[in-house]
Amino acid sequence: MIRYTEKIRERARELLGQGKVDVFIGYKKGTVPLMNQPVMIKRAEDVDQLLWDSNCCLNLANYLTKRTEKIGIVANGCNSRNIVIHILENQIKRDQLYILGIPCEGTIDHRAVLRAADNQELLGYSEDGKEFTIRGAGFEKTLKKEEFLRTNCKTCQHRNPVIYDELLGDPVPENTEVDPFSDVKGLETQPPEKKWSFFQNLISKCIRCYACRNACPLCYCPTCFVDESKPQWVGKSIDPIDTMTFHILRAYHCAGRCTDCGACERVCPVAIPMRQFTKKLNKDAKELFDWEAGLTLETRPLFDFYKTSDYNEFIY
Amino acid sequence: MNEWSPKITAFLCNWCTYGAADLAGVSRLQYPPNFRVIRVPCSGRVSPKFILAAFRQGADGVWVSGCHPGDCHYLEGNFYARRKFALLKGLLEHIGIEPGRLHFSWISSAEATKFVEVATKVANAVGALGPAKYLIKQRAEVA
Repeated sequence: MIRYTEKIRERARELLGQGKVDVFIGYKKGTVPLMNQPVMIKRAEDVDQLLWDSNCCLNLANYLTKRTEKIGIVANGCNSRNIVIHILENQIKRDQLYILGIPCEGTIDHRAVLRAADNQELLGYSEDGKEFTIRGAGFEKTLKKEEFLRTNCKTCQHRNPVIYDELLGDPVPENTEVDPFSDVKGLETQPPEKKWSFFQNLISKCIRCYACRNACPLCYCPTCFVDESKPQWVGKSIDPIDTMTFHILRAYHCAGRCTDCGACERVCPVAIPMRQFTKKLNKDAKELFDWEAGLTLETRPLFDFYKTSDYNEFIY
Repeated sequence: MNEWSPKITAFLCNWCTYGAADLAGVSRLQYPPNFRVIRVPCSGRVSPKFILAAFRQGADGVWVSGCHPGDCHYLEGNFYARRKFALLKGLLEHIGIEPGRLHFSWISSAEATKFVEVATKVANAVGALGPAKYLIKQRAEVA
């Protein structure tokens, strides 16, 4: 993965130097290991900040909303699908974008890595092909990347970008053997009270910081439903029902749009696996409407068109 | 004697199901008295927020009813609604709302007998589940 870094810098330098883009959006090294930050580069001399490794977990499509300048951007599978959604939802125009596509081999779960380091502070990180090395005070560990992939990367079905102006490497094989919805299917067989307690437990730690909403490229409403008053749809406290309402509505607003990029889980300060909500919607969208979000510019979003033959069995 | 009977919030489309309820009334057809009807201009007007708000405020069941597909007063509102409801129902049932609490139907304004049938079915289904257990906002909401 790290091999893309040089190519990104080279192309970003050219694009900015030639004036093809006004700003280049990519990732840079964060202030602590495993935490790459999104960065907007405006001058060609700053491109050496850019990098690509297995910690590029935030979704860059989040930074495109309503921008007016010409933008260069790096995009792996899920990011590119979110760019498609942004274009379809008129948040950005295709001709404003110059997309450097990155065939993605997955990103790593920083929480799993920290657990493997016994939660000691990490001071250094480097990676080499299928392995990566973490360093801290008095220890160094080399770990296999495939064992530390984020859960959404393990089951990712679209690792290659779906939209790009140039591809920075050869496409990687898609992961067709895993079932992305096995956990959802398991829960579906449970009785309602088990499901309720599962989700109550899941969100019990939520502090309502809205980091999941803020990191999500789909959440760009000028006024979010949580900030609405008169009527106030959901209370602002950490009352379990308010929290549940928030998570239901947040997930539902992503219905037919979620690309399972995992940015929400990545940024959660209390590590809530809130993809359990969106995955159910993704599964239903796939099963009922044969729909996966953001694969093509040719079709309208799921809730923006209909077929007279749509699923009707649940209606009397 | 305080026998529990379900409270069901019914979102009825002005152009059809609401008319069907009216017709059932003037035709002197009996149907269960458990419904709190909210008249909406179209089933497409019903936001998932409405349904959640009903459950939060203690509804034991929610019933949304609109025009038959193809008969929408606004031509296609119910087609969009159908997609929304399909995913919403799946999500709510996935997080633990019992399958018999949330109901959808298409009833035209001439179908008073279907209205009575479906109303009975909905009331029985919700009644069989007992009082709502989940997603009720207990504490008083302070304005």
